[in-house]
This record gives sequence, C-alpha cells and structure tokens, in this order.
Amino acid sequence: MSKQSDQQGRIVKVSGPLVVAENMSGTRMYDVVRVSAQKLVGEIIELKGDLAWIQVYEETGGIGPGEPVYITGRPLGVELGPGLIESIYDGIQRPLDELYEAGGEYIGRGASLPGLDREKKWRFELAENLPKEVSAGQIIGQVQESVSVIQKIMIPPGVQGKLKGLSAGDYTVTDTIGKVETANGAVDLKLMQIWPVRQPRPYLRRLSPAEPLLTGQRVIDMLFPITKGGTACVPGPFGSGKTVVQHQLAKWVDTDVVVYVGCGERGNEMTDVLMEFPELKDPRSGEPLMKRSVLIANTSNMPVAAREASVYTGITIAEYFRDMGYSVALMADSTSRWAEAMREISARLEEMPAEEGYPAYLAARIASFYERAGRAVCLSGKTQEAREGTLSVIGAVSPPGGDLSDSVVQATLRVAKVFWSLEANLAARRHFPAIDWLRSYSLYRDSLQDWFTQNVAEELTEMIATTNRLLEEESQLQEIVRLVGAEALSPNEQLTLETSRSIREDFLHQNAFHDVDTHTSMKKQYLMLSAILHFHERGLMAIKRGADINTIISLPLRETIARAKYIEEKQIDQIEELVKKIDTELDKLSGAEEQATAAAAEQNTSDAQND
Amino acid sequence: MLKEYRTVGSISGPLLLVESVTEAKYGHIVEIELPDGSLRRGQILEVDRDKLLIQVFEGTNGIDIPSSCIRILGRGVELALAPEILGRVFGGLGTPRDDGPAIIAQRWADINGSPINPYARDYPNEFIQTGISTIDGLNPLVRGQKLPIFSGSGLPHNRLAVQLARQATVLGSGEAFAVVFAAMGITFDEAQLFINDLTDTGAIERAVMFINLADDPAIERIATPRAALTAAEYLAFEQDMHVLVILSDMTNYCEALRQIAASRKEVPGRRGYPGYLYTDLATIYERAGRIKGKAGSITMVPILTMPEDDKTHPIPDLTGYITEGQILLSRSLERRGIAPPVDVLPSLSRLKDKGIGPDKTREDHADLYNQLYAAYARGKDAQELAAVLGEATLSDMDRAYVAFADAFEHRYISQGDYENRTIEQTLNLGWDLLTTLPKTELKRIRDEYLDKYLPEAQKRTKTA
Ligand SMILES: Nc1ncnc2c1ncn2[C@@H]1O[C@H](COP(=O)(O)OP(=O)(O)O)[C@@H](O)[C@H]1O
Ligand SMILES: [Mg+2]
Repeated sequence: MSKQSDQQGRIVKVSGPLVVAENMSGTRMYDVVRVSAQKLVGEIIELKGDLAWIQVYEETGGIGPGEPVYITGRPLGVELGPGLIESIYDGIQRPLDELYEAGGEYIGRGASLPGLDREKKWRFELAENLPKEVSAGQIIGQVQESVSVIQKIMIPPGVQGKLKGLSAGDYTVTDTIGKVETANGAVDLKLMQIWPVRQPRPYLRRLSPAEPLLTGQRVIDMLFPITKGGTACVPGPFGSGKTVVQHQLAKWVDTDVVVYVGCGERGNEMTDVLMEFPELKDPRSGEPLMKRSVLIANTSNMPVAAREASVYTGITIAEYFRDMGYSVALMADSTSRWAEAMREISARLEEMPAEEGYPAYLAARIASFYERAGRAVCLSGKTQEAREGTLSVIGAVSPPGGDLSDSVVQATLRVAKVFWSLEANLAARRHFPAIDWLRSYSLYRDSLQDWFTQNVAEELTEMIATTNRLLEEESQLQEIVRLVGAEALSPNEQLTLETSRSIREDFLHQNAFHDVDTHTSMKKQYLMLSAILHFHERGLMAIKRGADINTIISLPLRETIARAKYIEEKQIDQIEELVKKIDTELDKLSGAEEQATAAAAEQNTSDAQND
Repeated sequence: MLKEYRTVGSISGPLLLVESVTEAKYGHIVEIELPDGSLRRGQILEVDRDKLLIQVFEGTNGIDIPSSCIRILGRGVELALAPEILGRVFGGLGTPRDDGPAIIAQRWADINGSPINPYARDYPNEFIQTGISTIDGLNPLVRGQKLPIFSGSGLPHNRLAVQLARQATVLGSGEAFAVVFAAMGITFDEAQLFINDLTDTGAIERAVMFINLADDPAIERIATPRAALTAAEYLAFEQDMHVLVILSDMTNYCEALRQIAASRKEVPGRRGYPGYLYTDLATIYERAGRIKGKAGSITMVPILTMPEDDKTHPIPDLTGYITEGQILLSRSLERRGIAPPVDVLPSLSRLKDKGIGPDKTREDHADLYNQLYAAYARGKDAQELAAVLGEATLSDMDRAYVAFADAFEHRYISQGDYENRTIEQTLNLGWDLLTTLPKTELKRIRDEYLDKYLPEAQKRTKTA
C-alpha cells in the first residue's frame, strides 16, 4: 500500500462527471481521489504526463479549475465484514439508510459515511483447533451477523504467518482482534477487511457447476435451469418482465446470500424490495428474506460514474460471502445501464468508439464481470478442510427497442450460459414470465440431468424432452392453422395443440403476484407437469380407441389441471390424486358408443358447476 | 461587481466559446449582454482551464464576437420559490410571463434538484380516480407514479391530459392539490387549451405554469421541465400538496438536447440523440414520487409524440424504460371516432396492483381487468382472423368475442371529454360487457366474485 502523501492536484477542466487535474504525477490508475474542498469521491481512469482524468461519483456542478484534488493513494475498495447483510448501499458503498437518517431525503454531495458501522460491537467467537501458522482464507472465527447468516472471519488474502493474541469478545469492525506475524512484520487482524472492487478475490481453483440454482419459477427450473455458480442473461424490451424475474429470483433462489444490484433503474423498484423483503419469509429458513440480502441501489437519476462502480461493489461483496463457503446469487438490473455509464465516460475521454458508441473494451469488461461468477474451491489456509463456494450471476439487459443485436446483449450471450429471452408479444398478452420457450436456452441442462434424476424423478429428463417436443410441434401446427384453418388437423394434432396450450397457460405461465403461484417447489412442478403430460398420453390412447377429440378436450378434469398451480404446497397430494383421476376418466372414453354417455355426464358436471 | 468578459472566441449554433476567463464553475449560469443592451442567459457546459463552453438558452442570434459581454453569475439556474407561485405563469426558464409581480422568494432552488435517496421513498399505492375507464379500470394511476402518454402527431393527447387534470382526484380525500404544467415547444393553441380549461374550472388558482412555446427559444426547453419540477417538489414536499405534473411535449425537449449534442460534435447515439439521453431523462422522470414522512406527492404525466408512431424510437423507448408504465394512443381508434383513443393492449400501469383492491377500489378489480384484458385481446385476434380467412370461418365463440371487442371499444374505451365516471361505474360497466360471454369463459375471475357481481350485471343489462 502506498502512503498518504501531502501532494495535491489542481483541477484544470470539468465536463460533466469527468474532471481533469494537473500535478498528479505519481498517482496510479484506479486510485481514489477527493475532488475540491467538498471532497467529492472520484477515481483516476486515465493518466498522461502529470494530468489525470478522474470520473467523479457525485454531481460536479459548481466545481471549477483551480480547485484542489486530494490524493488518497488507495484504489476504490469495499469494506467487507459484519454489517453487510441487510444493508442498502449506493454504487460506492455509502449506506443509504444512514444517509437518510442523517437528514438525506435527497442525496447530497461530499457525504462520507463508511460502508460498515464503526460503533456497533459484534460478538466474535473463535474457531476450533486454530493452527499456529495461518494463511489467506483460514477461518479464525465467526460472527452471527443475522438470524440467517453467520459471517466467517477469514485471514485476508496476502497475509501469512504466525497467529498471535487472537481472542473472542465483543469488537467493532475496526478493533484489533489479534495479529499475524508475517515475514514483513506484524499485521493487525480486524473483523473488517478492505478489497479493491475491480480486482476479483482469489480462490484456490474453479470447478464446473454441478447443482441447479432452484428458483421456484417453473419455466426456469424445468426448461432453462441455471446452476449454483452459473451465469444467466435476461434481455428484453421495457415492460417484458426483466425486473419481475430478477425480483422473483432474489426472493426465491435457494442460496445462502443474495446480492441485488439496482443499477441505473427505478427508485421505486428498490423501495419495493425494501418494503417486501423484510416481510417475505425465506421458504427454507422461515426467516425474513432481508436477513440474507445485501442491496446496492444506484438508480438512474443518481450519478452515472457511481453506477459504473455499482456492479463491481456488488460482486466484490458477493465474492466475499462465496469465500466463506456459501452459495451466493447476484442479480444486476440492468447491466445495460452499467454499459451506458461506461459509454458516457468513454465519450468524455474522447476514446475511439466501437459499435453504438460503446468503447471497444465493452465486451472484455462484460466477460470479465461474468467470469467472477463460478463454483470455486475457496482459499482455506493449510490446515482447514477445503470448502466450496458458489457465486451465480444473473444480469438483465435492456436493449434499445428490444433489439437483440444490441452490443450489450451480444457480448453477454458470448459469456453467459443461460439465455432467458423475454418477448414483448408474450408480455403484451400478459403471458408471464414472458420467457420465450423456443428461443431461450440453458447450456447447463445436460450436466444437471443426473441431479434431477436423483433428486426429483427418474423420468424427469424424458418429460422435459416431451414438453419441448410438444411446444415445437405446436408452433408448426399453428402455422398450418393460420394458413388453412383448424379443420385440417387430425385428432392427434388437435390434442397436441390443446396439450401445448395447457403447458403454456397452466404450467409455464406463473403469476408473480399470486400468493401461492409465486413460488413452486420442485416436487409440485414435477407433479403439475406430469398431470398435463399424462392427460396427453391417455388422450392419445383414447383417440386410438375411437374416442372423440372434442369430448376429450372438453372434459371438466382439464379445468382441475389448470387450477393445480393454485394448490398449496402442503396439499400437493391432491395433484397426485389428479393423475389417478385422469386414468379413470380417460379410460371411460373408449369407443363411439360410449361418447354419448360421456358427453351427457360432462353436461351434468358442468351444470353442477354453474349452479 | 461581477467580472465582465468581452472574450467570445466563437459562436456555433446555440453554443458560445469564451476565452481568458478566471473563476468559472461547471454548471453555473452566465448573463450575456448583447450589443443592443438586451440580456440573455446561458449555462456553462464545460470549463477547460480558461475556456468556457456555454449553451445559450435564448439562442445566439444577435450575439457578436467583439462587443458581446459575458458575466458569470456564480450560481446554477435557480427558481424563486414561495407559496405565491400558485396561479402564476412563468416562461421556460422560470421568470414570470404573466402580468404579475416578481416572486419574493422564500428561498431559491437550483432547478437540477438532487436525486431522491431510494431509501427515503415511500411506495406509491393510493389510487387516483381519473374518471377515465381505460385508466381507472385497466391501467390504474397511483399517487407518486410517473405514467406517460405515448401519442402521435395529431392525436388528442392534450385533450386527454386536460381531462386528467380536471378530473383526477383521490378517493375519499379532501387534501390540497395542485397542477404544474410545463409546455415545451407546443403551439399557442395547445397551451391555451390547458389554460382555458384550468380557468373554466377554477383550478387555475392551484396551478403553476411554465410555458415555452413553439416559437420560443428551443434551448430554453432544457430548463423548462426542471424548473417545473422544482416548483412541484416545493409544493409537494414543503407545502404538503398532491401535485400533478404534466410535461408536454417531451419529444421537443429531446430535440433541444440533440441540438446541443450535435453542436458539441458529440458522437451521436441512435437517431442522432446523445448517448446520455436515458440518464438525462431519468433526472427528470425520477423526480416524481413520494417521500417518507411527507404528506405531499408528485404524480407525473409526461406527454410525447412518437416520431412516425414508432414505439421503438429512442424517445418513447428510453421513456418507457424509466417510467412506471405508459398509456398508448391509437390512430386506428381515433379514425373510428373512439375517444379518448387509448390503445388498451400495449398500455400498462406498472403500479396498478398496489393501488387497487378491497380498501382502495373494489375486491374484484384485479380479476376483472385481467378478464377484460384477455377477452379484448382474444376479440382483436378473432377480428384479425376474420379479416384474413373471412367472417364465415369464425367459430361461434370467436364471433361472440368479436362482438365483445366491438362493444368494449364503443362503450368502455369511448367516453366523452366531460364524462367523469366513478370507479364504481367503470367496474360495473366492465361486468356489464362481460355478460355477453358465456360464464365458463370467465376463467380469470374467482368464483366468489363471479357469484357476487355477475348476477347484478345480468340484471342491469336486462333492464337496460
Ligand atoms: N411473472 C409475472 N407475473 C405477473 N405480472 C408480471 C410478471 N412479470 C411481469 N409482470 C408485469 O409486467 C410489468 C413489467 O414488468 P417489469 O419486470 O417491470 O418489466 P421490465 O423490467 O422488463 O421493464 C410488471 O409491472 C407486471 O405488471
Ligand atoms: Mg425493469
């Protein structure tokens, strides 16, 4: 670390969020500086001779040439330690709740509050069997940070030596809890460590993701699953449901920790999260979702440079929890706004633009961001058993006009393994989540097969293949109907159309705002889908026996299948019974002579329903 | 005494380059004295050592290089705030445009405002009854929401906005409210429509207007919505009023922004609009909302005309990415004489779910709009099918839906400029229309509501 110097720069130019200062020789790229007497936070993004180009994370109105620039000699970093969970930060880790309490309904300038509370004391417990020699990643103890999260206190990367004087007790994040005698002298250990945001935190080695990240969203878990440690890209025009997908995931993914980054989007959407998360319960722990969440909110009207930093702040926090051996998921809504922030700064630097005005390094930045996701064997010191942590990243992309040839979409698709394509026309028909079932994909599907077979059902792989085939056939049959009308279809084809409609409307469609429908367990997903497919199979058999297609598709039983989504988790045996009922009802329909009775029976039941 | 500079280096479009300046700050305002003694105002867009780049709000015509004189006023563009702004008409930069006296400021505020801390926001959830069925019934507006009207040139968006301003009330409240209207580059007639209407209803006393007409300086439009929102923030969060802000027409605002970007020779983004258009618009739209612990609110209805009726044009596109939904107007409905021609299917209120329901409107509201929506969508599909394959190919059910869609357009969507429907009336009308479909088709409505509301509707339609 370089020392704080008395050297001061002087502003020569101000243009929006970009400030140029002279007398800056000796400073380093990405070092943080404080601009003007108001001490606005900025970061050096280009150096030439003794001039430095600085992106400023706060509004620059009223700043001019001649004013001072203070040098800190440190890169932009985040404070990592107890107090992260349940926080809401801006893009450079300023606590928005505390800023508000300090009188900030509006975000003023030069406000500097630390990311972690300096006063609060945390109970630190020692790990067992601590060795004399420690190195990076060694867990030396822990703090119960919230009811849901135990924060492991680790030896920071780069530190190695003899552990001295570590003791349990109540500490603030800056108190010294012990020391490590390294080859270069003693290093104080604290509950907090600081890490530069633009540098990925180290781990031992990478592994391929092997487990699904379950989301409770049927179209995702069944058709286009993502993994613990995996990456996904959610592009779509405005109103197609990107934010709802991201919120749903933040609520229902089965990870230990969730980091939600609201990057250049609406203020009210963050308020929504802030109001809902403390109320909603994590289905696994029964505790409020907020107790496992960290929020970063740099909304569209907040300074654009801090928006650029926000995704890095978020992912560094996420990596820190991964390093403890946890599963972590990060949602970024929207990465397009991050890219636009890059574009804006790049334009002010007068860099040569590539496509759509984006800088030539756009794709590289996007790739290295998603590369910070993964399943990793964490650093754990020499004596501890190796632990595994995962970090999944799900990025929303907001292409202009919904056009998927957009640079940000294309750069993201090159690195993300899952593609949930949100379509305007599905959203316009209120088919939500508007994830296109023909265009989307998940490259994890094959590698997850074993997991699903072992943990959900033997025949799941086959069911999913059938589902995909039916949906594919549907699109071809619809083409025929459009050209020559529905009469041209055979009974089998008509049943295919009906079944695929049922798959879409009764299974893939999922209302995020319905108490029960908002989240579906794997077991229930499996049962729902098997009811639909079972009906199809039995229907085909009935047709073969000569049953009338119209009788089949107007069986009142189908209404029960459609309503299965509203059956509560504790009553899902009702769906199992439904499957049995399908057998008996459809077996009744065999030949022409029985149709009349069946039709009459149906008439009776529907009359009964209408009463 | 302020320092004076007679060092204009060059003039290009709305921009002025001034040299050998000391003590200038980014964003500050300057006064430009022309050779004939008249004054203009401009804002510093960039300061580079001793050189200033200034955007001149009132245009650069008449400014010359040798004798024009520049004074730096040492502050940003500011607006005088006091309760007396109510009932007044200001120009696009916030100076009085009516015959009234200058405002004696309680305080001055920079028109750029500051971003609301997301933690300080209170979630908008109070239903506003606008009396317009397509909004109240299908795309409910709530206090603190920003809901734009996406229109096309020649469509009656201003009439709709006027009706909104006239009728918008919150159920069961007698609280103070105000209307702030910002006109950007619209014609005298269009602006007059607002002024006359507000005058007729007496609402003018609770209105503040910022007027920049089509023949007023274009660059001034960059300041107009900001001045209007500064006034709105003052009324809402310091004077506890519920403020409805109408901004018309945002397309003209964006064009002014594009003009500046082009003069600065910036790398243009899509269709020549600057790459930072999204961020710039966000600093306007995100000023709507509610704040914890404050009684007032800012509800915003920006109006924009989509060039070539294209929703993917950058102006509607980026607006839609920021606002909480959009109300689309349709040329085809307009041609068929249906007014207000609200295109229901692509319209959306993102905050609707928080503003409706048992204690707010009625328990059946959500199910009902889902059903109406689905039925109308299906009717439109059937209409299209009939247009391709012929009416005869339609099934009986499809025919019923076509009839439904037709009735829906003529009775539900269509309503008079002065027809102010209560939410009760709007909901009942929806039920009445649904009686033409078989009950088994009403799948989106819970049985308990079907049992409760359908028989009543059947009775009503029978007697009618
Ligand atoms: N799963 C869902 N269930 C119900 N409604 C949804 C769902 N997804 C999206 N919506 C509706 O679509 C609207 C827009 O979704 P949003 O996620 O905000 O879109 P985007 O972020 O793509 O602009 C929401 O306000 C909501 O009304
Ligand atoms: Mg969104």
